[in-house]
This record gives sequence, C-alpha cells and structure tokens, in this order.
Amino acid sequence: MPKLNLPEAKTNSPGSNILIQIEALSLYYGATKALKNISLTLGEKVVTAFIGPSGCGKSTLLRCLNRMNDLIDNVRIEGSCQIGGHNIYSPDVDVIELRKRVGMVFQKSNPFPKSIYENVAYGLHLHGSQNKSEIEAVVEQSLRSAALWDEVKDRLHASALGLSGGQQQRLCIARAIAIKPEIILMDEPASALDPLATARIEELILELKKDFTIVIVTHNMQQAARISDQTAFFYIGELIEFDSTGKIFTNPAKKQTEDYVTGRFG
Amino acid sequence: MRATTRKHFRAEKFDFTSFFFTGLTGLATLLIVAILAVMLGNILLNGWEGFSWRFVSTIPKKDFFDINTTGVLPMVVGTSIRVFVMTIFVLPIGVITAIYLTEYAPNNSLITRFIRAAVNNLAGVPSIVFGLFGLGFFINFIGKHLDAILHNSSAVWGQPALIWAALTLAVMTMPVVIVATEESLKAIPPGLREASLALGATKLETIWRVVLPQALPGIMTGGILAVSRAAGEVAPILFTGVAYYMASLPHRVTDQFMDLGYHVFVLSTQSPNIEQTRPILYATVVVLLLLTFALNLVAIIIRARVRKKLRALG
Repeated sequence: MPKLNLPEAKTNSPGSNILIQIEALSLYYGATKALKNISLTLGEKVVTAFIGPSGCGKSTLLRCLNRMNDLIDNVRIEGSCQIGGHNIYSPDVDVIELRKRVGMVFQKSNPFPKSIYENVAYGLHLHGSQNKSEIEAVVEQSLRSAALWDEVKDRLHASALGLSGGQQQRLCIARAIAIKPEIILMDEPASALDPLATARIEELILELKKDFTIVIVTHNMQQAARISDQTAFFYIGELIEFDSTGKIFTNPAKKQTEDYVTGRFG
Repeated sequence: MRATTRKHFRAEKFDFTSFFFTGLTGLATLLIVAILAVMLGNILLNGWEGFSWRFVSTIPKKDFFDINTTGVLPMVVGTSIRVFVMTIFVLPIGVITAIYLTEYAPNNSLITRFIRAAVNNLAGVPSIVFGLFGLGFFINFIGKHLDAILHNSSAVWGQPALIWAALTLAVMTMPVVIVATEESLKAIPPGLREASLALGATKLETIWRVVLPQALPGIMTGGILAVSRAAGEVAPILFTGVAYYMASLPHRVTDQFMDLGYHVFVLSTQSPNIEQTRPILYATVVVLLLLTFALNLVAIIIRARVRKKLRALG
C-alpha cells in the first residue's frame, strides 16, 4: 500500500498542518442514514472533542477514522476521509496499516487477559518485533507515557485484569501508543471511571497531545472544555457546529449548540 | 392496617404447595441418585472378586470364558487407542468448524443456519447408523479405493480397522465438540476482538492470539464430553473395526482391535455357561467404568491446569 504521506511537523505550531480531512461523508446502516454529509478538517497534534446527545453519530464518525465500521454488516459509506492526504476508503488502502497509524481506546477498558507486559507488547509482536530488549524498552516507555509505569513496574508479569478500572484504561492507552500511531481515537475513555481516575486520564491526554493527534468522543461537557482545542457538536447525524473549544462553550454561533452546552437539552 | 401487614409478612397457614413441590423435586433427585447407587453398588460388589491386576494385564486365550486365565488387556488397549485416535481427528476438525461458524460465516445467513441445523441433526442420529455409515463410506468407499490406488493385492485399508472405527466415532462426536467450542467462542467479550483489530491485527491473528487461548477450557469441555460418549459406544465400531478375538495387541492403524464395551456384549451373549461367565462380565464392566473415569479424569486435570494458567496470566 502507498504510505499515508503524513506531513512533517517539526517546526510548525500545533494545528497548522491538516492531518484529517473529512469531506461530504455519509454513512448508512442498511437504509438508515446515521451520518449526514459531514465535512470536517482536523489539524495535527490538536485535541478534538466530538460532543452531542446519544445516537448523534459521534462514535460512528470516530470509528470511520480507523475503519472499525468495516466490522459491521450492512454499513455503506459515501464521501471521503483523507488522512495525511490519502483517502482511507480508497480500494488500495491496507486496513492493517491504517489501524497501526490510527490507534483506538474504547469506552469500556478491554485489556487482554494476559500479563501487563504482554498487553503492551501485543502490537509489537503483531508487527514483527523480535528483539527482546527493544520490546522491553518500548513497553517501559509506553507505560511511562501512559503514566502507569510507577504503579506497575514491580508486577509487569502479573495479570492485567488485576488492575483497577482507571489503571486498565491507562494500560489500554499504553497498548495503543506502543505501536506509535499518529492519531489516537478515544471513545468516551473515562465514562466508566470515578472522578479521580477521570482526572488522571485527562491529565494524560493533555500530556499526549504533544506527540499525538487526539480525537475524543465524550458525554462530559466539562471534560471537552478542559482538554480539547476544538469541539464538534453533532445532532442526529449532522455536524451542527465546529469551532475552537472556547468559542463553542462561550459564544456558539448556533442556538442548538448553546442549548446543548448549557445543558438545556441532551 | 396492622392485620394486613401481618397477613403479608407472616405465613399463618402451612404452605402446602411449597412443601409439595419441594418434596416432589427432592424425590425425583433422590430417585436418580438411588438408581445410580444401586447400579454402581451392584457392579462394584459383584465385579470386585474377578477384578485383579492379573485380569487387567493379561492377554486372554481364544477361550476367554475361564475366570482363572482370561484377561482384558487387549480390550483396555483397544478402547484407549480408538478414543485417542478419535480425539486427534475430532478436536481440530470440530474446532475449525466452530471457528468458521462463529467468526467467519455471515451471521444468520441461510447457509449458516443450514450448517447449524445439520450439525444439530447429526447429534440426533442413532449410533448404529453411524456404524453403517462408517462401513459404507470409510471402508467400502475410501478404504477400497485406497487399496486400488496403492495396488494392494489383498485388502489393507478396505476392511474393518482401528482407524475407520476411530473416524466413525469422530464423525459421531463432532457435534458435541462444535457446539461446546461455539458456546465458548461466543462467550468471549467482543471488546477483546475489537481491541486486537484496532491494534492492526488481522482476523486470523486475533483468533489465534486472543480468541482461541480464551476458548481453550470450553474446547476441552467439548473434548471431555466427546471422549465420555465415545468410550462406551459399541454400535459405531461394530462394523468398522472391532474384533471378537485377537491373539495379539493391534500394531497398526489398519489392524482390528478388541474393545471393552463390545467384549461385555460378547460375554453376555456368547457364553456357554452363564453362571461361570458372570464374574468375568462384572469385572469387565468394572474395568470399562474405571477406564472411562480415568480418561475423563486426565482430561479434567489438563483443563484445570489450563484454567489455572489462564487465570494467573489472565
């Protein structure tokens, strides 16, 4: 497959390079139109929040970005979604390669029933790493980046299922970043966690945005306001408004957005 | 007000319905336990006198109706080997079929439903029919053709043999393995598959590295059920490989073999002197029960170790 030509961004400020460009994207589940003509441009190394009431299509759109919707029968997609200038829905795209570059963290933490070490090393084994010391280094580095290393360094070979919910979710983040993706998709990553664990995930996201482009779906308005640079508001499959997070939360252009972010509906 | 509360919270009358059904279900259970106890007690009490190490480890002479010289070694060996060979065939084929049905086949399509129905119907076919199928398909079709292809002057494959009996049993126990494996595959949270795929794993890698290790205990349960069912079956091997008498133990998969279950049948129908044969018959049944029990025990111990390992890691 042709490499996704990802722009170099060594000197540019965050957001100045366009990384993801969604154009006139519509998605159908059978005959139901779940996403209606969405166009959206996301810059590199920014955090974008997708907000909106349940069923508005924000998770569906998120799953378009690493083609997880491919797993569902009867899904049809129109329009295009370019990552690094390459349409990820064109027939020559290798989905495996795409998913290596676009990592994902799910709503419900889903560590493999393996050791902590094996969880982080899973992606490395998949993609052919053999060198043990190299893998060990990446595992440590990923766990450090996910702010989990100090808590688990003495029990790397213990079961991942013995960790608390918040630790499991950070492990899933470590697992995702171990294969060095450019983009991390997060589907309500803190919705099942207590406030303290949620705060740690949020801190982590702010830390991670130095190296990764992050798209996060959240139901938590304050969370979106705290961690994102840009916010997109969706309602029943349509993109209502997309702007800087400050603008969306203080001075939205649309009445619908204002009603939602102030808690009048949704 | 007070009276109503009382009425609701304290039973003033003896609850006859509850008592009746507790008693009824309890009695039904007791009946089953009693039947089992009587059967096992009868077999063990009567079988114990004929049962000895010499009996288990002796290859009998042609006339195996003499309690002092007869033995069951060839039958123990024959039954064990046919169950073992069956397991080698039934587990991989059954597991792969179950993987296809749960992971690959389009869900609820006509063909998937047809295959599931076929598997379920296979489980309902009487075992003697499997025996006849084995004779017709494995021996007369595959075996005969193999002989023709290999230019054997006399029948080597085209006759009853250990391999054909084991294959017939494998076909018979296939539904058990398929259903057990399917159940354990379905029990694995979809989130684990998604996590693996999202990391760039292919479907095959996901199945191999995440799904199958988790399903292993369930697959082994299927294996245990298949072994239990096959160990005592006589009808499927009747035409496909079992021998009335063999002077030596089977050496090749194309040899015939003696079998414990079939030997019980022979002893109870072919004996010249019933009174004299009875202790041998009882002792043979004891050996058959012990062997089935031992085969199960081995499988259960292996499964327990796999589970323990999964829990330690998982």
